[in-house]
Amino acid sequence: MNPDASTIAAGAPIEVDLSPVAEGQDIKVFWRGKPIYISHRTKKQIDEARAVNVASLPDPQSDEARVKSGHEQWLVVIGICTHLGCIPIAHEGNYDGFFCPCHGSQYDSSGRIRQGPAPANLPVPPYQFVSDTKIQIG
Amino acid sequence: MSGPSDYQPSNPALQWIERRLPILGLMHSSFVVYPTPRNLNYWWTFGAILSFMLGIQILTGVILAMHYTPHADLAFKSVELLVRDVNYGWLLRNMHAVGASMFFVAVYVHMLRGLYYGSYKEPREVLWILGVIIYLLMMATGFMGYVLPWGQMSFWGATVITNLFSAIPYVGESIVTLLWGGYSVGNPTLNRFFSLHYLLPFLIAGVVVLHVWALHVSGQNNPDGVEPKTEKDTVPFTPHATIKDMFGVSCFMLLYAWFIFYMPNYLGDADNYIPANPGVTPPHIVPEWYYLPFYAILRSIPNKLAGVIGMFSAIIILCFLPWLDAARTKSSKYRPLAKQFFWIFVAVCILLGYLGAQPPEGIYVIAGRVLTFCYFAYFLIVLPLLSRIEKPRPVPNSISDAVLAKTGSRSTPMVSSAIVLALAGALFAGSADSARASEGSDKPPGNKWSFAGPFGKYDRGALQRGLKVYKEVCANCHGLSYVAFRNLAEAGGPGYSVAQAAAFASDYKVKDGPNDAGDMFERAGRPADYFPSPFPNEQAARAANGGAAPPDLSLITKARSYGRGFPMFIVDFFTQYQEQGPDYVSALLQGFEDKAPEGVTLPEGSYYNKYFPGHAIKMPKPLSDGQVTYDDGSPTTIAQYSKDVTTFLMWTAEPHMEARKRLGFQVFIFLIIFAGLMYFTKKKVWADSH
Repeated sequence: MNPDASTIAAGAPIEVDLSPVAEGQDIKVFWRGKPIYISHRTKKQIDEARAVNVASLPDPQSDEARVKSGHEQWLVVIGICTHLGCIPIAHEGNYDGFFCPCHGSQYDSSGRIRQGPAPANLPVPPYQFVSDTKIQIG
Repeated sequence: MSGPSDYQPSNPALQWIERRLPILGLMHSSFVVYPTPRNLNYWWTFGAILSFMLGIQILTGVILAMHYTPHADLAFKSVELLVRDVNYGWLLRNMHAVGASMFFVAVYVHMLRGLYYGSYKEPREVLWILGVIIYLLMMATGFMGYVLPWGQMSFWGATVITNLFSAIPYVGESIVTLLWGGYSVGNPTLNRFFSLHYLLPFLIAGVVVLHVWALHVSGQNNPDGVEPKTEKDTVPFTPHATIKDMFGVSCFMLLYAWFIFYMPNYLGDADNYIPANPGVTPPHIVPEWYYLPFYAILRSIPNKLAGVIGMFSAIIILCFLPWLDAARTKSSKYRPLAKQFFWIFVAVCILLGYLGAQPPEGIYVIAGRVLTFCYFAYFLIVLPLLSRIEKPRPVPNSISDAVLAKTGSRSTPMVSSAIVLALAGALFAGSADSARASEGSDKPPGNKWSFAGPFGKYDRGALQRGLKVYKEVCANCHGLSYVAFRNLAEAGGPGYSVAQAAAFASDYKVKDGPNDAGDMFERAGRPADYFPSPFPNEQAARAANGGAAPPDLSLITKARSYGRGFPMFIVDFFTQYQEQGPDYVSALLQGFEDKAPEGVTLPEGSYYNKYFPGHAIKMPKPLSDGQVTYDDGSPTTIAQYSKDVTTFLMWTAEPHMEARKRLGFQVFIFLIIFAGLMYFTKKKVWADSH
């Protein structure tokens, strides 16, 4: 009953070119059937994410730990609400981040849970920068 | 099932079988001479109704499975084509989909009956627990069945429900992967759900056999809760219970037929007429109405794991009922306090169901928590406490005493409870759509549609004009991919002849191939072809229309709706109002305004529409006066265009509606006569027993 070989093979890493994504925009790509949000964050969004007292968060994690150093403007998260798996909407909610329309969870510009029933932050998928404008997810 | 039978068939062939397999004797002792308490009321007919529903579901399900394709890319289409092309496919699908709801209506009545009359008490504990197991299996079956059409609500319901299991510590994630067969809900999930949905009903049938067996060992409970003592307390199952059950089933079928023929989509969700899209979550994910109370419990607990535990224990707690309620008096008829609390509990369940359909914010969350507490308090505090402090009224010595002492006053609680239950059904049913009540847009005005009501028919002229509007205007961006040219000549449609439909088809260029050289080529359309879509794929449609793909219009009048709100949805049940979709589409076409009102800023490339949720629509105003010429002298105004094209789109969404309503009328005549005959036969059979 575990995933079959073709499903696993289709889940191989993918490369994404970031050069067309302007500041303040984000794109959604699918990897392993899951939507991955890649946000090109503005200076304001980065500052907001870093100004928060980490200890006060429901799932404490610093913004630095959620992005790759040297590429702070890029936030890459799996766009699946950690509550019950809906897809949050980008650029909505009170925290300049994501808002889940199903049960009202709100995530900030670092994809961290700030309000609502979700127990955890939006997970960061395994990825690395192949070049300055290209990442490999997986 | 009640001891060895002395039944001897008179036919020698049957005698030969009986000596080798005493199955006739088993049937005879279980369903003919089996003694049934003579004071049973109509709430006891729900066992027969449930068996009948299980039979209907298995029968229609097996035939549906012959036409269904369990593949993520094909499932939605196969269901649509089944409804359109299979002989009486629409009837099969309605019977099965509505049947699921009716099955749950009956099971809830059956369970509450057991609760009220203490049917779970000694010696019927195992009988009751088997019932809870059947109920759990039914919930699993119903959920997986809802996933199979692979609409938006199917997909997202599956996502939410399978994610519940991820709350289990340590093994949760692996369980979810096993359910999915992949990294997310997808084709493998659909395949395994189809397999299980086919399997589980037969498990249910097996447990039902055990349930009936256990029932026939301990005997039926009865409204007075005293066990039969003498022969005078019982009547033989056949003809007494058989004919009474037949009457009960035929009355239940009237309700069932009301939904099948007149309001097949009343209990469903419009979003499920949109094909599943893993990239878009519907704004409100609501399960089917029969899960709503449990969904409300899940959401009212702020912690994910605790919420999941709360939801499941709300069902599992029923298994412990025989030990939680230690009162010796079975029937609430003789328990003044238990009776009150029972009705409060029913009200709590109904309200929880209502809350389950509301968005989880503000007052709804608090009310949900209070009611969740009340739900559990009934089982954990009220029932154990009552059995200690309550002073029950004296119970009659025997069933025959109770029957003799029966007076007119006894019928009052029956009436009040019937009213409460009727309200319950209506509130539950409509609560699903009231979830989408306020999206911050105006409610579309109601229209007079020729196809509304029990005798509604499509206006042929409007269908023909609407087709023209579609062809000249809408078809530039919107597809109509489930409609074939041949449909234009079918009964109940625009009324064209076969030759006219063929001529209409030949105006279109259809891509075919590959030919012998391996090339694709274009040819003139044939009646069997489907309307070609304006864009080769969704991405092209998206790119050409500023990022918003124009939806396919085949099902649009069923895929769009708006909340009717309380209490309108209850009124709708009686007036058979089903035209939310057409009202919305027609309002949308006329709802464009040149300038957005003060204070509203529209995103670039959007237009202001009064009735579109959020008001910013990517479609520019499509119709203007005089744009399409009519040959029949109808006014060439936007209002008339909207009306015609909406009528046409209602037909594309439901080409067999006229046949459905016509057959519905015949079925109703038959059922009413049948129920009447059953009633008078029942009166005759029971004449000496009351």
